[in-house]
Amino acid sequence: MAEVALRQIVKRFGDVEAVRSIDLDIPNNEFVVLVGPSGCGKTTTLRMIAGLEEVTSGEIRIGGEVVNDLPPKDRDIAMVFQNYALYPHMSVFENMAFGLKLRKFNKAEIRQRVEHAARILDITELLDRRPKALSGGQRQRVAMGRAIVRNPKVFLFDEPLSNLDAKLRVQMRTEIKRVHQKVKTTTVYVTHDQVEAMTLADRVVVMNQGRIEQIGTPQELYHHPKTRFVAGFIGSPAMNFIPCRLEESGGRMRVRISDAIVLPVPASRSARYRSAAGRELILGLRPEHVTEPRHNGRGEDSDFTVTLDVVEPMGMETMVFFTVNGTEICGRVAPETAAGPGATMRLVANMEHMHLIDPNTNLVL
Amino acid sequence: MCLPLILVIVGLIVYPAFYSIHLSMLNKAQTRFIGLGNFRFLLSRDTFWMVVEQSAIFALSAVFFKAIIGLITAHLINNLPTKGQRKWRGMLLVPWVIPLALSSLAWWWLFDPTLSAFNWVLTGLGLRAIPWLSDPYWARFSVILVNVWYGAPFFLIMYLAALKSVPEQLYEAAAIDGANAWQRFVHITLPMMRNIIAITVLFSLIVTFANFDIVQILTGGGPRNMTHVFATYAFLLGIRSGDLPLGAATSLFMFPILAIAAIFILRGVRKRGREIG
Repeated sequence: MAEVALRQIVKRFGDVEAVRSIDLDIPNNEFVVLVGPSGCGKTTTLRMIAGLEEVTSGEIRIGGEVVNDLPPKDRDIAMVFQNYALYPHMSVFENMAFGLKLRKFNKAEIRQRVEHAARILDITELLDRRPKALSGGQRQRVAMGRAIVRNPKVFLFDEPLSNLDAKLRVQMRTEIKRVHQKVKTTTVYVTHDQVEAMTLADRVVVMNQGRIEQIGTPQELYHHPKTRFVAGFIGSPAMNFIPCRLEESGGRMRVRISDAIVLPVPASRSARYRSAAGRELILGLRPEHVTEPRHNGRGEDSDFTVTLDVVEPMGMETMVFFTVNGTEICGRVAPETAAGPGATMRLVANMEHMHLIDPNTNLVL
Repeated sequence: MCLPLILVIVGLIVYPAFYSIHLSMLNKAQTRFIGLGNFRFLLSRDTFWMVVEQSAIFALSAVFFKAIIGLITAHLINNLPTKGQRKWRGMLLVPWVIPLALSSLAWWWLFDPTLSAFNWVLTGLGLRAIPWLSDPYWARFSVILVNVWYGAPFFLIMYLAALKSVPEQLYEAAAIDGANAWQRFVHITLPMMRNIIAITVLFSLIVTFANFDIVQILTGGGPRNMTHVFATYAFLLGIRSGDLPLGAATSLFMFPILAIAAIFILRGVRKRGREIG
């Protein structure tokens, strides 16, 4: 077990800068998820930690030791690959024992470790099978078993669930979390799926275009995004971004979306936004904060009426889509709401959860 | 739909095979059926057993060296940048592309007792000239050398394709597991290539065992029949000596030997194919 530290890490592939001077500290035992869209540099960062990619500049430390020039085998890390990378000519036992064999563990120790890991992952009965005879989920477990037996300082996961179907992905997600709670090893996990990131991570690192946009706990990222990118990337369905104008009159601040829709800014936020009064901004509101009136005494002056374009019943909730000034907005209403496309509906914006974004800097005010 | 294929197989494989079997059971004048007489005659001849031994030495050693050289060169080329690979691949394939009869003639000139380019270099270096084709053992070496030169590019191209089909992530996983370059080769590359190696060896064994051009052009089976292989001996008996049935019987001896090798190798290939998928 060890902490991982990245200092001003840069990775260039020819003229392309894949990772642009990132700094990251991962304390011992923490589960950190690197998340971002394709090409954001998250996998490259993971591969640099593993030693599978050379670092162009910067410093990587594992357990306090600079590992830039160490080959993967000397970094004491274990990695689970996207397509599992199980050796097809070896049995499950041999796959899991391979790393230990190369490190000259004695046979009894190898057997004991493999059987222990197999019990944790519930794959004891699969030890004699070849990877070909396993399902996707079982292969995933074997790949994790191969990592666990080594008892490494750091676990690295490279999109390990992306080859599984939706149901199995949820199941394996829980499995990974359970294993981490048991073995408590520092873990760096890469995914493009923000749900995976939110559910697994102690802390999430959101990356975009080779840079770290924000680091924080899932709750911090969800409630207090610092940039428009993070606000839009975290949360499903994505946050609505609505062009607006911030107005102030009589000491009260309002957000004008259209002539008909003017929403009040909560008094608690007035001081924060005062300097931006009179400017054209972007209002960020999550769909779950655009709902039907719920008679809880809140939002009575932030209601508005719209004509629905699309209604998507999801079972436990219903998504409604409508357009204001050419911008499509998504709201989340109770499943029993009986409204169809073309119907008018009164909705309420929960402005306690509003975000205002500067369109020039894309920073959340 | 299958009729044309059946006709081609019957015309080019089944009929010649059965005719050859029929021919091998006739007397020299092809007027009388003598059963296994020709086979019994061959088995009683020392020269025939020498041909068996030589064919085995020729085929096994040539295939062994072709496989080793092919594997090494495939590895070297595979480690080159993609741009450089094409150039080397093209150049190293040249021996396999040139018609074998022509290249064998070129080699014959290189080995020629009076005009030998090799000997010119050797004597220029102050060494003794080598009787490449007139000494039985050097002659065996020479025919094997030319066969290796001709056949190694085939192994190279097959192994290169096999190397490229091994997923890169297996090497990365092995590197993280602690394998060095040699261990990655032994534990990943070789097992992943085993089927291609087996099939290439089998194919090459068949072709090398049945080789005719190189031996016929370089030595004609001499000196003292010491370089004959099945094909050249069958040619000597059947065409040169005019005993077609005896020639047919000689060539048929190759069949059971190669069939047994093929059964064993293909059984291994099938088993591994089922396991690895």
